Amino acid sequence: MSTLTLADGRPGGVDTRTHAWVHARIMLRRNLRHMLRYPSLTLMVTMMPLVFLLLFVYVFGGTLGSGLGSGTPVGVHGGREAYAAYVAPAIIVMAVAAAAQGTAIAVAQDMTEGIIARFRTMAVARSSVLTGHVVGAAIQTMVSVTVVTLAAIAVGFRPHAGVAEWFAAVGVVLLLTFAVTWLCVGLGLSAKSVETASNSPMFLMLLPFLSSGFVPTASLPTGMRWFSQYEPFTPVNETLRGLLTGTKIGDNLVVTLAWCLGVAVLSYAWSRRLYEREPKAS
Amino acid sequence: MTIPGARPAAADSVPAISARGLRKSFGEKTVLDGIDLSVPAGTILALLGPNGAGKTTAVHLLTTYLRPDAGDIRIAGHDPAKDPQAVRRAIGVTGQFSAVDGYLTGRENLMLMADLHLLPKAEGRRRAGDLLERFELAEAADKPAATYSGGMKRKLDLAMTLVGNPKVIFLDEPTTGLDPRSRRVMWDIIRGLVAEGTTILLTTQYLDEADQLAHRVAVLDGGRIVAEGTPAELKTRVPGGHIELTFADRAELDAAALVLAPTGRDDDALTLQLAGDGRVSTLRTLLQRLDDASVEVEALAVHTPDLDDVFFALTGKTDKERA
Repeated sequence: MSTLTLADGRPGGVDTRTHAWVHARIMLRRNLRHMLRYPSLTLMVTMMPLVFLLLFVYVFGGTLGSGLGSGTPVGVHGGREAYAAYVAPAIIVMAVAAAAQGTAIAVAQDMTEGIIARFRTMAVARSSVLTGHVVGAAIQTMVSVTVVTLAAIAVGFRPHAGVAEWFAAVGVVLLLTFAVTWLCVGLGLSAKSVETASNSPMFLMLLPFLSSGFVPTASLPTGMRWFSQYEPFTPVNETLRGLLTGTKIGDNLVVTLAWCLGVAVLSYAWSRRLYEREPKAS
Repeated sequence: MTIPGARPAAADSVPAISARGLRKSFGEKTVLDGIDLSVPAGTILALLGPNGAGKTTAVHLLTTYLRPDAGDIRIAGHDPAKDPQAVRRAIGVTGQFSAVDGYLTGRENLMLMADLHLLPKAEGRRRAGDLLERFELAEAADKPAATYSGGMKRKLDLAMTLVGNPKVIFLDEPTTGLDPRSRRVMWDIIRGLVAEGTTILLTTQYLDEADQLAHRVAVLDGGRIVAEGTPAELKTRVPGGHIELTFADRAELDAAALVLAPTGRDDDALTLQLAGDGRVSTLRTLLQRLDDASVEVEALAVHTPDLDDVFFALTGKTDKERA
């Protein structure tokens, strides 16, 4: 007999908050099982950044690399090699955004399942369903980011980061993951259909293109340059680039932390409210 | 009609389910317009009504899925407005739409429920195995639930509800869409649960289902309870049944129509309908009269009132009109 159950086999402890983590772990296992059993969505969101990596390094890289100017990474001399080093952080950021888009789809899909209605009439910690999704998505994202990073190294990206920098880079990627994943959970919950959920996070895929990730912002026309300098993916990119390749980070780290924490906290609150609102009558 | 028609397994003075003045609107549309319900422990109440009567909404309110606009609910002594989690711990719900995880196998679905009820692993495995056997799902236990037939999904759905040993169970149209055999199986399972002392509220649009299973029936129409009682009590509330006579040919039919006072006549089927119940004296008089007129009767059938007549009398709609 476990100490968690009463004699009649019912959960003890009136406060389900004590069970929140147990329930979240159960939901996480459920989500991981879904991902392993039906890996097509996981494969798709991992393939997307890989395709962009190959496209940008092998198709555009030769020309773009020679035009980087002052953005040329240290230790390389223009061309394809230089561009592989320049674009790698942006591809990592894209991998995070693509995985988050997959999460929006998965959440919207899950909300149409009858079992979610069942959870609502069970003594299950309310937050556990969403926590399960987010932690599952974070694991999926880390796998995808690892694959993409290894691929970038294979095509010529040469990070020269120490142990501390690697840890810091993983931390930044994780923080970005939680921010965009919670945002996408909210988008998935608020979507009227699975199709909407797959379209609404599209801007997350577009924003990295308009950041400093693919070309130095200095090369952009004035209006776009202004936008690029202030949009959140630029500081994230510059921080990652700095940690991995030793370029100057400056205040980008602080701005990155502010953006990520802000988006994460607001999206978390939004998602919780969406999930806890009264469901529509069926 | 306050005397429960059943022999409650546990003679609790407090009903397992009670609701008073339950109201719910969605926008302008009033779905439940003040309903009262009371289900003594260990009995089955059937909430009978056509589509759109508010049956599912009633279940949603009683199971904490939705919050009522007004009204007072007690489930196993708990108030869902104050302590929804206590209510959730006491109940099991099988909704109208399959609430199984299609990506998981039958066994994994049951284990998921066992885990959420915080049962020890071995206990959960044992219970899942038992339920798979009992519901004849053992063979398909390790296939994804998405591949199950409608009947199998329903059974798995109910099995999942039972993992936590709920004392009070809500079944929203448990046999809608099932073939006759699966329906029988489901009925046997439901009877078995009540025999063990479980309290059940089930909704149905099938009159014979309410007749077969329920100790008491509440007829819901347009968001109100229009009648409540045991199936037998409800049947006494409608005027008696009718007698149907079938004749060999048109001449016999005409001759019979002259000596009797038929309430209905079908020239194609060669039948006459007469008001009257199945009392032997009534039948004897009737046959005597036909004998005197030398009219031959091919067949005679007595129709006692069924819940269909009750439903018609109470709501002004027949089962067919509702379909």
